[in-house]
Amino acid sequence: MILRRLGRTGWRWVDGRLRAAEITRTTLAKVFPDHWTFMLGEIALYSFITLVATGVFLTFFFVPSSAETVYGGSYAPLHGSYVSAAYASAVELSFDVRGGLLFRQVHHWSALIFLGAIAAHACRIFFTGAFRKPREINWLVGVTLLLTSLANGFVGYSLLDDLLSGTGLRIGYSIALSVPVVGSWAAFLLFGGEFPGNLIISRLYGLHVLLLPALIATLIAVHMAILIRQKHTHFPGPGRRDSNVVGSKMWPTYAFRSLALLSGVLAVTFGLGALAQINPVWIWGPFKPANATTPGQPDFYMGWVEGMIRLFPAAEFRVFGYLVPSPFLPAVALPLLMVLVMYAWPWLDRLVTGDRGRHHVDARVRDRPGRTAVGVWAVAQTGLLLFAASDDLIARWLKAPVEDVIAVLRIVVLAGPPVIAAVAYVLARALRAYPESRLTTLEPRQVGAALGLSRARPPRRRVRESVVGGRPDVPSEDAPQVVDAGGRHAG
Amino acid sequence: MSDRGRRAERGIAVGFAVTVLGAALAAFGYVSGHDRLLLGLGFGLAFAGLAAGFTLWAARLLPQGPYVEEREPMRSPPEEREALESEFGRPAGRLPRRMLTAALGTLGLAGLFPLRSLLVHGPSPAVALATTAWRDGVRLVDQDGYLIRPERVVRGTMLTVFPEGHRDTGDSMALLLHVDPARLDLPRGRESWTVGGIIAYSKLCTHAGCPVGQYMRPEERLVCPCHQSVFDVLRGAEPVFGPAARSLPQLPLRLGPDGVLVAAGDFHEPVGAGYWRPM
Repeated sequence: MILRRLGRTGWRWVDGRLRAAEITRTTLAKVFPDHWTFMLGEIALYSFITLVATGVFLTFFFVPSSAETVYGGSYAPLHGSYVSAAYASAVELSFDVRGGLLFRQVHHWSALIFLGAIAAHACRIFFTGAFRKPREINWLVGVTLLLTSLANGFVGYSLLDDLLSGTGLRIGYSIALSVPVVGSWAAFLLFGGEFPGNLIISRLYGLHVLLLPALIATLIAVHMAILIRQKHTHFPGPGRRDSNVVGSKMWPTYAFRSLALLSGVLAVTFGLGALAQINPVWIWGPFKPANATTPGQPDFYMGWVEGMIRLFPAAEFRVFGYLVPSPFLPAVALPLLMVLVMYAWPWLDRLVTGDRGRHHVDARVRDRPGRTAVGVWAVAQTGLLLFAASDDLIARWLKAPVEDVIAVLRIVVLAGPPVIAAVAYVLARALRAYPESRLTTLEPRQVGAALGLSRARPPRRRVRESVVGGRPDVPSEDAPQVVDAGGRHAG
Repeated sequence: MSDRGRRAERGIAVGFAVTVLGAALAAFGYVSGHDRLLLGLGFGLAFAGLAAGFTLWAARLLPQGPYVEEREPMRSPPEEREALESEFGRPAGRLPRRMLTAALGTLGLAGLFPLRSLLVHGPSPAVALATTAWRDGVRLVDQDGYLIRPERVVRGTMLTVFPEGHRDTGDSMALLLHVDPARLDLPRGRESWTVGGIIAYSKLCTHAGCPVGQYMRPEERLVCPCHQSVFDVLRGAEPVFGPAARSLPQLPLRLGPDGVLVAAGDFHEPVGAGYWRPM
């Protein structure tokens, strides 16, 4: 009772200064679509919050310095070894700070969930065509967020100056060196000189805790501001048009759902942090430039680049008499090409489909078999490359020579994605011809019909999904209002 | 309130009660020193309870809709566009505008100069990457700083060596191997670079700079653990498999006056990963 009273007094004090009642009410009435895939981006958002909270805790103990110290903490096997202050503080944080190891593990697990959620969210946007006009800007912001987060993940685990991440950093330095003309200067400016030098840890620290998180937070703010301005898309269904959004109101239903999601994300990350060991740097040992761990794999989100580096043949060539070393093609040129295709996708899609309309109703995954095939190709390609990044482990498990494993993996990585994409294309076409079918209920006969093999029933031609919804695209002076449609929709 | 509503309220209460238990467990875990397992499980349980409570609350007690919100078109009416555009007339003549462009351009370029300060130690890339700390007469030491007599390098050992006084170096480490001299098939001109079958190669892979740490006998091959490049020790460490395209540079060796191994000069080509250089 007292709380309620205090709350009202406080709120009125604020409203007496900001006149916030109307705008707050409008905001709280924002309608969110009811499908679970609209919450993938939120998982990323909540992981980011977890990352910032646990990260701040870690900064109070971590020493970002390459200065040589003698380890004197409570982890006996390292006693008396000469290690960098960064590595020593990471081990001390894990063994001698109460709760330190838990928060370190929660931080690392959250980073994996953060990037996984971003990738899943991007897939949802891609396969449902939610990047189409008018949402191209937010697609660009989203791709930039993905890249910034990838970079911050790599920089973050490189900070600890352990043998595993130090080897990864050396590979990163070599990749930078491989860039024609400017590569060696770029690498030297970042490292302050030749690898490893004694500056890189403190520089990565500045990037990891200041520059990149600020960039990510700003991009998230822009991403969400645009989302609120444009409102969500929604899936096709009865009563859902390009001129409306159908779903739950932000207050109270969606807010509670979202709180549940935040709690769920935290429950999972703390559960993992408590039970599943991640990045035990005291086992990897301190970084020494003359040593390397084996086997060694990067975090999963770097796996696609690592897989390409491992499978790509020794392709060095000369340009104007200058050397272009072999990491350039697989680790610079191809990833750059993939990133460019991602950025350009809304326009490439428009070029292929000829669809220039404005869309607020999402496409079904089956509506555009070509787009679906491209997306499946990309997912299969990154997945198989991630798998190939463990070629040494695969060889060990199979007890086969690594040369043979690599030869097989090269074929799988090249031939697998087009085959999988072709299957996706055929299935999407069959599903499009039989809109009432689902992937699980699709019959072979229907797939055959879609392929033109049998004439069980001629495929029904669907109306192009690009047609703009019923209402003319004219500005309205009415403020957005929420109308209770009454009755539930089936979908 | 309906039965369903009352059941939901009880369920939500149970969820939040789990949070109370979880929080207590976390506190106990912290105090008792079980600061990873119990602290983490306690927090996890507490958040799981919250998640269950909020989920039930949202699903059972709150209005389910669906609600419909109308959209405004994401495009301003023409007169609004024009009204805004007319605010941005040209406030000054050509000369000041051009001069402003020149001013901002030069200022931006001048702002790039301090970037050079980022390169703090050592010479410029072209020099630093092409040289290591090896010189003629520099003695070989192992990772503990001990000098190396040839009799210590028995057939089949692989030893990581450094130039004396440069054990913390990032580019000078080399591998010392002892192979059957009769099987050696080195490129011409390197006949005098070995000391009775003892041979030294740069330890840095010519692909991505990883330390080449695995030695396969009796094939006499070196394997990089990072990307599985394989080098043939007997044939001048030329790459025989994997993404590396260039041989590991060989370090010329000779016997020093006091009977220990010394270098007869620096590597004859840059070590480690390749970079943009005339070749």
